[in-house]
Amino acid sequence: MEKVLTRNIEPGKAPTDMTAYEANGGYQGLHKALTSMSSLECREVVSASNLRGRGGAGFPTGMKWSFVPMDDKCTPGHKYLVCNADEMEPGAFKDRLLMEYDPHQLIEGMILSAYCIGADLSYIFIRGEYVVAIDRLRQALKECYAKGYLGDNILGSGFKLDMYVHPSAGRYICGEETALINALEGKRANPRAKPPFPQVSGLWGRPTIVNNVETLCNIPHIIDRGADWFKSLGVGEDAGTKMFGVSGRVKTPGCWELPMGTPIREILENHAGGMQDGLQLKGFLPGGGSTDFLTHEHLDLAMDYNVIGKAGSRMGTGTMIILDDQTCPVGMVLNLIRFFAHESCGFCTPCRDGLPWTRQVLEDIEQGRGKTEDLDTLEYQINYIGAIGNTHCALAPGAMEPLQSALKYFRDDFERHISGGCCPYHSGKGA
Amino acid sequence: MPMINVDGQEIEVKKGENILEACLNAGLDLPYFCWHPSMGSIGSCRQCALVQYQNEEDTRGRIVMGCMTPASDGARFSLKAENATQFREAVVESLMLNHPHDCPVCAEGGECHLQDMTVMVGHRDRRYTGKKNTYRNQYLGPLIHHEMNRCIACYRCERYYRDYAGGKDLGAQASHDHLYFGRHEEGILESEFSGNLVEVCPTGVFTDKPFLKQYSRKWDLQSAPSICQGCAVGCNIAPGERYGKVKRVHNRYNHDVNGYFICDRGRFGSGYLNSDLRLDYAGIKNPDGSFFAVHQQQALNTAADWMAGKKVAAIGSPRASLEANYLLRELVGSKNFAPGFSDQEADLMDSIANILQTSMSINPSVKQIETADAILILGEDVTNTAPRVALALRQSVRNKAFELAEQMGLPPWQDAAIRNLAQDQRSPMTIVSAMNTRLDDVASACVSLAPDDIAAFGHAVAAALVGEITNNPQADAAAQMLKMAKNPLIVSGSSMAHQGVINSAAAVADALSQTTSMLSFCVPECNSLGLAMMVADGASSHLKALVKRAAKIDALIVLENDLYRRGDKALIDQLLAGGAKVITLDMYENGTLDQSDLVMAAASYAESQGTLVSSEGRAQRFYPVQSPASERLPSWEWLLRLAKATEHKKLSKIENFDQIVTACAKSSPLFTKLVDVAPLNSFRDRGSKIPRQTHRYSGRTAMNSGVSVHEPQQAQDHESPLSFSMEGLNRDQPASLTPFVWAPGWNSNQSLQKFQSEVDGPLKGGSSGVRLISSSQTGADISSQITQISLKPHQWHLVPMEQVHGSDELSAHTEEISELAGRGFIAIGKKVAEKLAVTEGDGLLVKQDDIECSLEVRILSRVAKNCIGYSAGYAEARGLVAGRLVSLQVDKTWQRSGPEMIASDKAAFQPVVGDGGTRNV
Repeated sequence: MEKVLTRNIEPGKAPTDMTAYEANGGYQGLHKALTSMSSLECREVVSASNLRGRGGAGFPTGMKWSFVPMDDKCTPGHKYLVCNADEMEPGAFKDRLLMEYDPHQLIEGMILSAYCIGADLSYIFIRGEYVVAIDRLRQALKECYAKGYLGDNILGSGFKLDMYVHPSAGRYICGEETALINALEGKRANPRAKPPFPQVSGLWGRPTIVNNVETLCNIPHIIDRGADWFKSLGVGEDAGTKMFGVSGRVKTPGCWELPMGTPIREILENHAGGMQDGLQLKGFLPGGGSTDFLTHEHLDLAMDYNVIGKAGSRMGTGTMIILDDQTCPVGMVLNLIRFFAHESCGFCTPCRDGLPWTRQVLEDIEQGRGKTEDLDTLEYQINYIGAIGNTHCALAPGAMEPLQSALKYFRDDFERHISGGCCPYHSGKGA
Repeated sequence: MPMINVDGQEIEVKKGENILEACLNAGLDLPYFCWHPSMGSIGSCRQCALVQYQNEEDTRGRIVMGCMTPASDGARFSLKAENATQFREAVVESLMLNHPHDCPVCAEGGECHLQDMTVMVGHRDRRYTGKKNTYRNQYLGPLIHHEMNRCIACYRCERYYRDYAGGKDLGAQASHDHLYFGRHEEGILESEFSGNLVEVCPTGVFTDKPFLKQYSRKWDLQSAPSICQGCAVGCNIAPGERYGKVKRVHNRYNHDVNGYFICDRGRFGSGYLNSDLRLDYAGIKNPDGSFFAVHQQQALNTAADWMAGKKVAAIGSPRASLEANYLLRELVGSKNFAPGFSDQEADLMDSIANILQTSMSINPSVKQIETADAILILGEDVTNTAPRVALALRQSVRNKAFELAEQMGLPPWQDAAIRNLAQDQRSPMTIVSAMNTRLDDVASACVSLAPDDIAAFGHAVAAALVGEITNNPQADAAAQMLKMAKNPLIVSGSSMAHQGVINSAAAVADALSQTTSMLSFCVPECNSLGLAMMVADGASSHLKALVKRAAKIDALIVLENDLYRRGDKALIDQLLAGGAKVITLDMYENGTLDQSDLVMAAASYAESQGTLVSSEGRAQRFYPVQSPASERLPSWEWLLRLAKATEHKKLSKIENFDQIVTACAKSSPLFTKLVDVAPLNSFRDRGSKIPRQTHRYSGRTAMNSGVSVHEPQQAQDHESPLSFSMEGLNRDQPASLTPFVWAPGWNSNQSLQKFQSEVDGPLKGGSSGVRLISSSQTGADISSQITQISLKPHQWHLVPMEQVHGSDELSAHTEEISELAGRGFIAIGKKVAEKLAVTEGDGLLVKQDDIECSLEVRILSRVAKNCIGYSAGYAEARGLVAGRLVSLQVDKTWQRSGPEMIASDKAAFQPVVGDGGTRNV
């Protein structure tokens, strides 16, 4: 397979600087676009490529951009491009790799994306703990300004763009694009109600596009090599390649660039090396901490947005978390719910007060104080908190996904906690 | 009109409203917390959930929030669908996770929106068995009590305090279920509108602190429709009384005036009513200067004796009712009547009354002020002189945001979205003043000028408006701003005590060509304009003229007026000690009262009825919430009885209050509409008077048993259609007779929507009050002459600085208000402070003619050249006259007030013994 996003990344190899990046074909897309393509042409290529957002929702990038008012439809003022580099999904570490080892790829993608939507200011909103990535991006930005890839009149095209790295003060909710925008404005990181969407009223009330790191990293290659080439990369329904990650008790947890549509079993067995000795696979969260469990029966599914969706989960960030047969599923779900309850912004009632309630019920079950009716309460809460539209944003529904699927696939584990009055995994009475 | 379908019922809705509003308008009970009719929707509490169906075939539907869903034609909803009811119950159940269930000891209990909504959704058994989160409460000053454990995180307080009222020191902190609503550290809330938190909070987090000290449940309070006497805006209030005390004041909704909000002076400034220093009995002065109490009739006979066949003069009061002033003026004849303004104020009020009758611009209601899209303020610190108007101006500058929202198709209730869209884009507001004002933060331009120059600036704007060349770019810009506007507004007033400023505002208003242009004046007291209209015939005297005649006057009647606030001491001394018998009607001890020979104990506004004319020219009636205690009488009743005792020809025919109103209405063409202000005494609703007591009023037979086991007769009100009783209906009577709001299932003030014709609309009984002034629109006859004062070295223009807390005569007697008022001050710029080598908190000796006073230094960031401000109305600054020159020198004997600890802090810092040592807690 041809490496696209990671073509400059090798274990043990130094991160690329401007020279190394350009030596391997970097900024060709930028040159091509700014010297020979209109922004409309660029947008059309991206639309035609079927690129879908890599941040979790899988929304078609070209379509997202199409909502930005262009030229005459837009009152004078700034337009913004924001890179969502606040990677905080449990189990996800793919953006970090891309930013730390090939920062210029992201920057080139951002310059091109900004060109596409007519943005003149751009921000990389990055997780504050990613100090290495922050340093390297800042260094790369300096190189870009020196080279004239950022600033006024880029490559003589008249296109102007400034770019800033903005380290996040740190909340999971900042990954939600409107909460991110609020945080960037210096406000509480509460998500905003939609509509209006950020494409028309985002940062400082102006048209704004927020894209994930990996999404943006694809743009230079799409512009440089065309939509058809990009579509041909996928082996299933979706286009391009994807950074897939596996964590949990497998032999070689890690992150790999693979074609879209790679079967789960292949990722798990060929790349992650299969389960550690003595352990059996019990289930897995295919797209990070806020996706539903899948199990053995789903191992041969292709990692495509719609395929995973039909199976009852989400592709999310494409970073799987594996549950083995020696780990308590109740404990794992409790751990996730603790995280989400703590990361709730506190804006809407079901999330702010509902998740701690769920946490309390799960704690009772895990610690052996559970009652049979607790399972009904959990079902009630899933119904109450888990439906999109019941809450202000998608955090709480996402939080309920592992719980609702755990109750579906591992219900007997919950029941054994209750009937036995203790956690069977911790008391030595494990599976 | 679009139609929606709710549970099979076709409902006609207003275009652009949301489903929550539509449901409430249709009389449906859809619970809510975070939505507020004047603050719009944010969708945070998720309480107003209902099910929306795609079409007739759709039977599952999906849950949507009523407040966030536009009512579009043909949309289908269900309130009763099981998933909707279950979801709404779940929301309350989760709010109850951490709510302390301390209703029995909570001040909100019985009028708590959370209680109502909990009952409404049917939640009873809480399944959560974990621990409850608890919080530290904060000291927020003398007005607001903080009890954070009760919080349900609806964000209303933050949205009201910051977004609506422009406060900066209260907000949401922390996150998830550890949200905290308070200040960054303990301390007095800075906003003048903090009291509305009490009514905005749907539960008991923010409660009325003075009320807590003398608490009664809402159902035990007797209320009356009343009008705030704190300033001239005429906000409608509902005082609540029990055991003879006015315990609290709540906002009383008037669509055109105060809407849902009043200022802190209005809410908390009535504490003086319960003071021991109130007069209970009439008194006649002993030779040694003390008074001995006499019965009402004895006082009247004495007064009648003194007046019989003698030359009697009288002084009215801008803080007394129209009726009392009218009777007094008739009693002594208009030539012997002085309205009781200071001479400076009399001229200003006279010209304001004139301008309002002739200006090309309309005199707007507070509601109309909110429609302004360009504002020029000349000289006024509106937040301190007409606080509720300032709150309206904060909404006016948001019209730019609503304009942007309309372009984007956002409905006006999409509060958060509109704020995000507009960010800090505001409609333009230019403030021309001598000092910082409390609206500077939302102004597009602030110009610092001395009063004379403010007047010149105003005239320059007027000139620029008619196309003249002004050579004043700032004035040109202001003119341009007004010209571009749809609804331009000029705000000025009397607080600069400067005729030129008022004239220049009138000149600008006349130069505007828009038919919707507005001119609003801030005037000093609750009936200043009414009194000015009464003496508009020019037949009455100035104080000074009266003083000149002092020797010839045999008796002088002073109505509710401390003359020492109106003129310098020597002048007033001359008047009061001039040999005439001085008869004073007042409720509170003051300097004038001390100089009187006979004192009649006047009832307060809470014990009497009367009509006031607000700065808008709106006449409004206030009614007693209790009958007068002891031997007090309303001033109008004293005067009516005095007329009888003196056998006054015209007045002795008058038998009751309504007849005074009729006579007053006939006395001047300006007062013709007075008879329409409120229903006559004979008004009955379904055969009954309107009850002041709630239907759950308890302990009536027992509340007096500490005094006597015999149940006293119910107090009778013979003068109004209101009764001191719980019998009768409080429903849809005329708004001027609505004492409180309460509806089945809606015990809190949110029941207001059941009294409104539509959400955020006028009450079913109309808006109370009648506009007396309408302009002939012929243009004001004003002079553009400004007499410039020339300054010698070390002299300054003295500019009055009115303060919400401290400048008003009566409210300043309230303990909490006087704590907030602080010491009398002199406000100077940084440069002057450097020159005089003083810092904030030092003392300065201020000399003006033969007046000398020591005032505390406050240093301001924006002060016009050669100007200094002083705390107008403060006792320490008594005698200083605005506009006259002063000199300053450092007060060597001044004691700086230390880092004074507030009472509650002192208590908190008492050493605690018991854990093995002494520590501070």
